[in-house]
Amino acid sequence: MTDTDTKELKVKDKQEVSTSAEQTRPGLVFTPEVDIFETEKELVLLADMPGVQTKDLTIDLGENVLTLTGDIAPFEGAEEEDILIEYETGKFYRQFTLSEVIDQERIEAALSDGVLRLTLPKVEKTTPRKITVTAG
Amino acid sequence: MIYRRLFDLPTYRVRSPFDELERMRSQMDRVLEGFQGAPVFRPTAGVFPAVNLTEDKDRYYVRAELPGIKSGDLDIQVTGNNLSISGERQTGADVEGARYHRREREGGRFSRIIGLPGDVDPEKVDARLVNGILTVSIAKAEATKPRQITIS
Repeated sequence: MTDTDTKELKVKDKQEVSTSAEQTRPGLVFTPEVDIFETEKELVLLADMPGVQTKDLTIDLGENVLTLTGDIAPFEGAEEEDILIEYETGKFYRQFTLSEVIDQERIEAALSDGVLRLTLPKVEKTTPRKITVTAG
Repeated sequence: MIYRRLFDLPTYRVRSPFDELERMRSQMDRVLEGFQGAPVFRPTAGVFPAVNLTEDKDRYYVRAELPGIKSGDLDIQVTGNNLSISGERQTGADVEGARYHRREREGGRFSRIIGLPGDVDPEKVDARLVNGILTVSIAKAEATKPRQITIS
């Protein structure tokens, strides 16, 4: 992609989760930005969750609904005073409905540098099959 | 922790006894705006990445959320009282033959200069990138550190 090589990154506001009913604990909740793409064999989800450690990340798949929850530990030391605050920190939460049939046994998740990479392989039978029409 | 100073302007805050009042007012604004569903006004410099600047007795701390960036792709420099952070972000989502359902993450170059409010010691700068959060800690110059004065 030569396009991304030259593009300047723009600052974007973190999106807060708008529904308030789902919260049980105080604190801000943000929607992580995601890329979802599929290839012939699998569905790949990339989510930006800066500050989330592996142990604080929960990925739940049930009834074709995928739920991502990421908790963050506070970064600031107790002695620190704010001078300039441009972004806020809080939990990450997002849900997706999956349309493809996913092979739950082979789901892989990796978290590196604050980016979650979730690989969801499709069940063999949903892999598109080329159908050749024979003239009869 | 929940309600930190959300409405600080990107200029440096002058501490005053009214700070606390100002903060309460901001919190109320936030609650009310939340009910109306209007976006909360949060001033930024408009340059990627958004940073949080804090200080303690000895150091300034600059934090930025930079998910998916390797330490090798970052260039951090301190010149005088300015800290410059630049680099490039790859999203890792450019796959041959892929069909996209969502494309919200962005890649590209970025460069930002942050002016620090006081003199710093450019020899004592420490930068760490953990879980996509960059923390640059810069030691204050001896002259700007608060000094305890004992009464003799």
